[in-house]
Amino acid sequence: MVKLIVNGQNHEINIDTDTPVLWVLREKLGLIGTKFGCGSSLCGACTIHVEGKPIRSCVTPVSNIEGKSVTTIEGLADAEDALHPIQEAWIEHQVPQCGYCQSGQIMSAVALLERNPNPSDEDIDASMRGNICRCGMYGRIKAAIKSAAKKV
Amino acid sequence: MAKLNKEYPSKKIEKSNTSSLKKWTRRGFIGAGAIAGITAGGALIVGIAIRPGDRTEDLSGYVTNGDEHLITTWVKVATDNTVTAIIPHGEMGQGVHTALSAMLAEEMEADWGAMEIMEAPAEKDYANFALAREFLFGSANVPSVLFDSLNGAMLAAAKSMNMQITGGSTSVRFTGTGAMLTAGAAAKELLLSAAAKQWGVPITQLRAEKSFIYHNNKKAPFSEFAEIAATLKPNLQPKLKKRNEYKLIGKSLPRVDIPAKVDGTAIFGIDAQIEGMKYGTVKAAPVHGQKVSEMDDSIAKKMPGVYGVYNMEDYIAVVADGYWHAKNALDFIDVTWTSSSIKNIDDKVIFDNYRSAIKSGKGKLLHKFGNVEKSINESASIHEAEYSVPLLAHACMEPMNATAWYRDGKCDIWAGTQNPLGTRQVTADTLGIELESVTVHTAFMGGGFGRRANPDYTNQAAQVSKKSGMPVKLIWSREETTQQDFYRPSVLGHLKAGLDIKGLPISWESKFVHNMDPHEASAVIYDIPNIKAQYMESPTHIRVGAWRSVDHTQHGYFTESFIDELASNAGIDSYEFRRLLLKTKPRHLNVLDTAARMAGWGKTLPPGYAQGIAIVESFMSIVAQVVTVDISNGAPRVVNVACAADAGMAINPNGFIAQMESGIIFGLTAALYGEITISNGSVDQSNFYDYKMVRMDDAPSIDVEIISSNNRIGGAGEPGTPPIAPALVNAIYKASGQRIRSLPIGNQRFSIKA
Repeated sequence: MVKLIVNGQNHEINIDTDTPVLWVLREKLGLIGTKFGCGSSLCGACTIHVEGKPIRSCVTPVSNIEGKSVTTIEGLADAEDALHPIQEAWIEHQVPQCGYCQSGQIMSAVALLERNPNPSDEDIDASMRGNICRCGMYGRIKAAIKSAAKKV
Repeated sequence: MAKLNKEYPSKKIEKSNTSSLKKWTRRGFIGAGAIAGITAGGALIVGIAIRPGDRTEDLSGYVTNGDEHLITTWVKVATDNTVTAIIPHGEMGQGVHTALSAMLAEEMEADWGAMEIMEAPAEKDYANFALAREFLFGSANVPSVLFDSLNGAMLAAAKSMNMQITGGSTSVRFTGTGAMLTAGAAAKELLLSAAAKQWGVPITQLRAEKSFIYHNNKKAPFSEFAEIAATLKPNLQPKLKKRNEYKLIGKSLPRVDIPAKVDGTAIFGIDAQIEGMKYGTVKAAPVHGQKVSEMDDSIAKKMPGVYGVYNMEDYIAVVADGYWHAKNALDFIDVTWTSSSIKNIDDKVIFDNYRSAIKSGKGKLLHKFGNVEKSINESASIHEAEYSVPLLAHACMEPMNATAWYRDGKCDIWAGTQNPLGTRQVTADTLGIELESVTVHTAFMGGGFGRRANPDYTNQAAQVSKKSGMPVKLIWSREETTQQDFYRPSVLGHLKAGLDIKGLPISWESKFVHNMDPHEASAVIYDIPNIKAQYMESPTHIRVGAWRSVDHTQHGYFTESFIDELASNAGIDSYEFRRLLLKTKPRHLNVLDTAARMAGWGKTLPPGYAQGIAIVESFMSIVAQVVTVDISNGAPRVVNVACAADAGMAINPNGFIAQMESGIIFGLTAALYGEITISNGSVDQSNFYDYKMVRMDDAPSIDVEIISSNNRIGGAGEPGTPPIAPALVNAIYKASGQRIRSLPIGNQRFSIKA
């Protein structure tokens, strides 16, 4: 039995402790906004926050996050039907195309702005290079981060 | 802003159970009645089909709820006056749902803010007639590879207009201009005629605006006239607006699929949730076409959570209580695959065979103007070069996956697919059941790029569900996704130009191995009096398929690099050289000039910087790009891409710009890194560490300028891709003096030309 705190809610789940968090979120908790991309921490599609820091949930055993506070894309906004300023900027700049990588992109971007409210191009490059967007919307992601930075 | 309909099929996945499945079967609607003014299942049907072969009575059952009316195959009006556009194409980020709905709303005068959008079910009544017509009756632009890549059965079905394919940059240019505009205009005319009857006034005194009909100060919603409209005969050739009358088309409307893609609620194929669903994963023969010879599953089948291990002949499958358990068990299966001489094949063998095929001279003619043989002999000089490109994977972010539930002789499939009808047909063929017994539920695609036109992954899900007797969500690992693709083929090209005394080409001959689609890809836009293009065949065992822009990727690179070589040999500036050869093509010239102007062609640049230019016409759109590259650190860094594009007009300019940006990064990834190699008959690469992508830190800034030439509407999804590789290698040549005749650029380092 593993005890988890996800988006402020407590869960007790009966699962092998070496199971990556990604599959616990998707298959046990129904939090399907977090995506499977590579299974090897290479693409960033599965990015979530643990104690506010971005991690790759596809390679993180669920035992590592026991008792820690986990935030997923579903829990990013303050309230239901509300959006985080980053999410608003994503709409303003019409960032997503296929959209599959965007939960991970947004979680990485939020983490960046939380530790660096006014990132330079180089800061954005360094923080976001772990997230692949196969549709190539890097320019829009960068613009959206900058526009959200002004509001956060 | 318009929004996705609650009945959007991808949303159905969330609450899929037997009762919601029932709604999508044909049976419940047999004898539902004729088109106009007849009730079916308690609903008033107001149906008009603008296409030959009116199927409205069949369709109404699939897309209407109790109180909604169906108007044309493409639009329905609810009693609350909501207008719903029914879109026969899949959304993979290209913005097709928004663009096509806007086209319909434009002609119908529907209220965009109150509109709903749903994706058409995989029914052949939604087969893409507009696309089929182009394919059958005279446009060379439809990439038949989309049909060939399916199978014989599907090819036959495609020819009988059984198509519902998203690909070939066809959605707006064929479905949009061929169907949505007309459907909207016809629906509006019917409603106006109905209003004229009901109000007893001449139709000329009526106007439609934002889903209402007006007569002087009187107004009433569309829905009030739906019943009468149903009794009228639709006009198959309604009057269409002029482009300068457009109110929605040409505006950057926000895409309707975006909100769900930023809050995590968008439903992709992999997000299917079926009651009682198990999880499966597979491994297919590393050497394509080989089969399971022996399988030892003694360890795997005892592993935790495993329900079953299956020998599926050309792949092995595990079904478990979760993906993690399935994947772990898969790794513990000991498989021996059948062996054959294919195991000795590698890229060297493949390219040696290509070279021999080209040398054999036995080609199939694709293009011929003038007399190449004669003009070569009359040339002042001859220039030749060999170019090559490797196999490329699609690398969709969402690994291949599908959920299937086979029971009682019927099968339901949930998947993101560019080809729902093909999926349905192939599933029926494989399982040996009727087409009517297969239901395909579509969802968003986490990338398609041509990959998801192939129904192999959905087929596996259906087979594994049948074999295991369980509803199964089948997910491929990234490694499987990389190694079992339908790759952009590797291509070898031999180019030969005969030049006049000034170094201008009077003769152009290209021979290459591997021809797919579209055939005009190897045509040359330049004014060269003698042209001959032919291809040779040298088949391999590797699975190949359509990859964003298909044959234009390689031919854009070959042609635009070789023309650059000719410019350099003639001592003429690359841009000016192209201008000399495009004198009679004002549209092309304008695109070329625009890109050059945007980039400040010829301006002084810092040391190590240089610019390269390329222009490619594909899918009826002309795109020119200027790359600014910096090689001062050895590795090429793409600083900026200036892109000018003429697609006649852009339906949704911001969406069009996004497609150019996306196409550029896609092509840049291929030019810089993209390479699938073959050793011992199988694919070497497996994940993003050895199949690299352009990332945030190596993505250039991109400027896009749309040219509205008012010509026929061209494609948007693919035409941004072909020019980027040649523009880049041409820039590198200018900076370093090194000509790159084989992609990818990879780890090559360059030094500044003295």
